[in-house]
Amino acid sequence: MSTLLFDNVRLIDPASGLDQPGRLLVRNGEIAGTDKAGAEGAPENAEVIDGQGAVLCPGLVDMRVEIGEPGHEYRETIASAARAASAGGITTIAVLPTCEPAIDNPALVRLLRGRGEETGAITILPYGALTKGCKGQELAEIGLLHEAGAVAFTDGARAIDPARLMRLALSYAGGFGALVVQHPEDPSLAGSGCATAGELATRMGLPGIPPVAEAIMIARDIRLAELTGGRLHFGHVSTGEGVELIRQAKARGLRVTCDTAPHYFDLNENAIGDFRTYAKFSPPLRSEEDRLAICAALADGTIDAIASDHLPRDADDKRLPFAQAATGGTGMVTLLGVTLARVHDGTLTLPQALALLTHKPSALLGAACGTLATGAAADLCLFAPDQSWLVQAGKLPGRAQNTPFDGRPLEGRVLGTWKGGRRVYGASAA
Amino acid sequence: MASFPGRHSRHLLGLQGMTPDQIEPLLDLAESYALLNRSRKVPRDVLRGRTLINLFFEDSTRTRTSFELAGKRLGADVINMSVAQSSVNKGETLLDTAATLNAMQADLLVVRHSQSGAPALLAQKVEACVVNAGDGTHEHPTQALLDALTIRRHCGGFGGLTVAICGDVAHSRVARSDIHLLTTMGCKVRVVGPPTLVPGGFKSLGVEVFHTMEEGLRGVDVVMMLRLQRERMSSGMIPSAREYFRFYGLDQRRLALANKDALVMHPGPMNRGVEIDSLVADSDQSVIQEQVEMGVAVRMAVLDRLTRSRHSA
Repeated sequence: MSTLLFDNVRLIDPASGLDQPGRLLVRNGEIAGTDKAGAEGAPENAEVIDGQGAVLCPGLVDMRVEIGEPGHEYRETIASAARAASAGGITTIAVLPTCEPAIDNPALVRLLRGRGEETGAITILPYGALTKGCKGQELAEIGLLHEAGAVAFTDGARAIDPARLMRLALSYAGGFGALVVQHPEDPSLAGSGCATAGELATRMGLPGIPPVAEAIMIARDIRLAELTGGRLHFGHVSTGEGVELIRQAKARGLRVTCDTAPHYFDLNENAIGDFRTYAKFSPPLRSEEDRLAICAALADGTIDAIASDHLPRDADDKRLPFAQAATGGTGMVTLLGVTLARVHDGTLTLPQALALLTHKPSALLGAACGTLATGAAADLCLFAPDQSWLVQAGKLPGRAQNTPFDGRPLEGRVLGTWKGGRRVYGASAA
Repeated sequence: MASFPGRHSRHLLGLQGMTPDQIEPLLDLAESYALLNRSRKVPRDVLRGRTLINLFFEDSTRTRTSFELAGKRLGADVINMSVAQSSVNKGETLLDTAATLNAMQADLLVVRHSQSGAPALLAQKVEACVVNAGDGTHEHPTQALLDALTIRRHCGGFGGLTVAICGDVAHSRVARSDIHLLTTMGCKVRVVGPPTLVPGGFKSLGVEVFHTMEEGLRGVDVVMMLRLQRERMSSGMIPSAREYFRFYGLDQRRLALANKDALVMHPGPMNRGVEIDSLVADSDQSVIQEQVEMGVAVRMAVLDRLTRSRHSA
């Protein structure tokens, strides 16, 4: 394989704390080393990429993605998801097990991993189903799934409801050192709700979910993690009360972590005004106070990762009366840009933001990716933090177009994405 | 004439956001139709050549009949489509239905749907003027307009009035539309009922919240009772109908706490002995039948206004 030299870039590697102008050399698909700006000379036959001062960081690691394949290929295939990921600077995605069939046997884990490799653009890290069929009844074969390469266990956007089942799951998965990922929402309080309970839901006549449904589930599960010693992670946290409980648990030294998604720190519930189903999520978008609390928890490190919570839907899933419309939005293409909005407004520093998108989620999943370490696979993202673009539903890379950010100008444009040293997005992508 | 609020001003989707300048002329027009109705002198050419489709995804006899009568009195061709006969049951989506109705070139579409926001969704896709005839727990604008007209006829106006809306406020589209309209017109509005059906969060809509009838009815000028749905019992929000009547039913003793000659209103159909005692429902203070009469007049005014504003635009 060829040799590639990135020249005139701002190298940011949150894992090592590196943030400096410099150069990065790729040889045979691996990172061969970095040096400081002003260094001269290039290896013979090296293809030189002049970054013109743009940021070069590890390819992003998106720890919460649902793809349509297998089961709902009309929404999205693995190949189209890979195009969306590449356009978003993402080179590794952790895929939820809630496809059809659910990822509850080892062969499916291996299949998904293999299908990722076939794209040449992304690594798929499959989540295993925590319960058989993700039905919330009996534990899935966590040991066998783990052995086959499942990186964590969850039932996706379906909360593990009975406390006894959660206790068993944490306890049993803990025996394999496996991470259990909970959807933090008490199902009986959530009921058929489709918006956050409050003035807006009352005015719109939509059944509301009290925001405390999140805190109640988080409080219970923290106690169960304490009881069992299991590793617990909460996906897409969205309330101030919820993150405060996690903050306290971390302060007590418990092994509890969480992630959030761009819509929870960039949008609030007002986005559903006029019954806009493209802003319908589970958990639902929250009040502005909760949005600010999520920003604060990102800044103080309570939240361990930002994931896109990418959930492909087609128009027929969304063009329905609000309560009947499907939840979820696409998010991979906009993951970096929306996250950078929190850098531009001073909530996060650039290295902080990139840490939440690279080595931190990678570490949670026990993966080796998300760094610029010498010898690591050359999964890279080159982006211009100040270059602006407009999100336009219908024109996004990939099949699924159900973005909640339609019409939003973003600052921070991905210029190129490399997977194992091969360009998969940008001007001269193969 | 001022247009209705929102992006879809040729429709009447809700009352939230409407101003007194928009409401008063509509009530005036409705009042004139009420008089014409009584004298049997309604001009038949107002909606001549126009097609009105009553599109009811949820059963309703009263509202549908009221709109049908309103349309026919003004000379429109009225067609009733109810869900039981329509292709919606065969899996056709709301938007396919919209496309079909577009092709039929309906002028007015009166929509009742069990889902909040369904008429708004339809309104985005049809050429016709859409009138919301009740959507989920969101709004029922013509009901609130007829309530307001009835109140204005008896009280002369709205300033200084206190209105108590009692019962299942949480699940009531009528209550929401009444709250928006009456607070806009300057009434003090109270909502009264058990906390499971009248959550404290309603305060943010500009009303006072009461959990006992005794406190809530004291000194009010209008008592609006809401229908209690049977499923509130099965879903555990209240234990039984008899317990509900014991604490939240309107009887003469409780009505006596309100101002002398306070109006008693109900959007119908009533559950006698559940939310309202028959003696009260049939008393001199009850204007429930007049509400029905005003319903036709208000709907005539709305249909007239929407078609007129559309063709002057």
